[in-house]
Amino acid sequence: MTTTLELLQLDFVRDALIAGGVLALLAGLLGPLVVGRGMAFAVHGTSELSFAGGAGALLLFGAGAVGWGALVGAVLVALVFGALGLAAHERDSVIGVLLSFGLGLGVLFQSLYTGRSANKFGLLVGQIVGIDTGDLVSLAVTGLVVVGVLAVTYRPLLFASLDPTMAAARGVPVRLLSIAFAVLLGATTALGVQIVGALLVLSLLITPAAAAARVTASPLVATVLAVVFAEVAVLGGIVLSLAPGLPISPFVAGIAFVIYLVCRVVGSARTRRRASRTVVPSASEATSTSSQSALASQRPRPRS
Amino acid sequence: MDPAVELSGAELRRGPRTLWSGLDLQVAPGEFIAVLGPNGSGKTTLLQVLLGLLDLSAGSVAIHGSPPRRGNPTVGYVPQQRALDPLTPLRGRDLVGLGLDGHRWGPGLGGRTRRRERVAEALAQVDALEYSDAPVGSLSGGEQQRLRVAQALVGDPSLLLADEPLLSLDLARQRMVVDLVDRRRREHDTAVVFVTHELNPVLPVVDRILYLVEGEFRIGTPDEVMTSENLSELYRTEVEVVRVRDRILVVGAEESPLHHEEPVEAGVR
Ligand SMILES: Nc1ncnc2c1ncn2[C@@H]1O[C@H](COP(=O)(O)OP(=O)(O)O)[C@@H](O)[C@H]1O
Ligand SMILES: [Mg+2]
Repeated sequence: MTTTLELLQLDFVRDALIAGGVLALLAGLLGPLVVGRGMAFAVHGTSELSFAGGAGALLLFGAGAVGWGALVGAVLVALVFGALGLAAHERDSVIGVLLSFGLGLGVLFQSLYTGRSANKFGLLVGQIVGIDTGDLVSLAVTGLVVVGVLAVTYRPLLFASLDPTMAAARGVPVRLLSIAFAVLLGATTALGVQIVGALLVLSLLITPAAAAARVTASPLVATVLAVVFAEVAVLGGIVLSLAPGLPISPFVAGIAFVIYLVCRVVGSARTRRRASRTVVPSASEATSTSSQSALASQRPRPRS
Repeated sequence: MDPAVELSGAELRRGPRTLWSGLDLQVAPGEFIAVLGPNGSGKTTLLQVLLGLLDLSAGSVAIHGSPPRRGNPTVGYVPQQRALDPLTPLRGRDLVGLGLDGHRWGPGLGGRTRRRERVAEALAQVDALEYSDAPVGSLSGGEQQRLRVAQALVGDPSLLLADEPLLSLDLARQRMVVDLVDRRRREHDTAVVFVTHELNPVLPVVDRILYLVEGEFRIGTPDEVMTSENLSELYRTEVEVVRVRDRILVVGAEESPLHHEEPVEAGVR
């Protein structure tokens, strides 16, 4: 315990907490849209190509370029997925193809890398706090851009994500927003790859939002809850990982999973309560059926 | 005043097929037009043209005197029923609210109270308040359909395009929706283009009918269009139209849109 408290005083730990806090904020904001659009698999594919980009940049340009490589890899592939639109069947197979290719490419780059390799698998399984926390400035810029774009586009984005036919009829540029969303998702994924690793990005972009969706159907409440859950998972994961000196990711994934389980239990208890409460509305339903049958007896049904 | 809808010499081809051509139709403000026809006759496609989602192959179309454009705020739309995903993270009131301002940019922090009131009014009109806080995916087809009607009316449209809005509603709810739309056009002069599989529920309120079959069509009042000669010509087979009290029955056309007890969905092209 004392070691954890001591470690929390350190600058690099504080930096890690800031980085994790920004990542969790973005993941929590985007998560409900990712879930609503059914893009969990696309996030996974994006993170594997982000991993390949980061590993390629490490091999070619050194440790300083990893963040850029991860960003370029993620945004490029996210653009491809965004352009595929919402037609799920075809999208899944394309994602599977690109995902496995990216993973193979990343593993190749990492094996060819001969530099200092203390953190060789950091991009895949997540960082140990204190090694390459990354550049806080680029993190802050990414965070501001994502939050800014979301503030302007949130309503049409939600509309286009959940009710695309109607959104298109109301003049929402569905296709353009799909691509814009993919870019935001790519940027956030690239941050996640550097902090929790490509294999566990889903624990931040999906799990908190999926947990929130279990307990509320209000988009606003779901978003707030997803942000809170993601923050708890990331900040809690960082703190817990300090003393044992392990990577953050198992702790983050573990906390997120526990939150999800709790939300499922709470959610199903609620659904049961709602189902038992609908005794009253079903009484009014009964009156409408009886008036309907009265109508039907008045006017014989046509038979031809 | 410009007509709400003006089609002249309108033609629409989809691939090798011509869905309809030479279509001239003016819909006046406050007029209620029912669009009938078997599956695949191009009813939904016609609404897509009026929404600006699809271009005509020939001829011209205008909405209130200007070319159709997506997102025209004076046009309300009830899409042909497609059930919402069971996990859609929206409540009924959110779905209706998106119809009001879901297309607007910006965070939308102003006017929340007014917005809530308008959404509640629209929900009350379709008798949906009691389930407006439930997740939309948990609702029955009929309940979702009523939310769709509220979503179309909440923006205060002067032209309402409705694609089979009576589908999967029981008789009482069908009457409620028809009465609501009828009141709407009388009180606000909203023109209505109402695609329906069933003529009888709208017969008491309808002004004119557009009946589409295999590229042929008839336009006119129910008395003018719903005759044995007309429908026999349209369907190219012997069809008899019978009036029983206040109902119209069509006998002989397999794919008649009037058999609402057993709508023929398959094999009608
Ligand atoms: N995107 C499309 N591309 C090509 N043909 C289409 C498309 N959508 C519909 N069609 C064809 O247009 C015809 C009319 O469709 P539709 O307007 O939906 O009919 P209705 O609403 O009257 O049942 C159908 O035969 C259908 O096959
Ligand atoms: Mg149709």
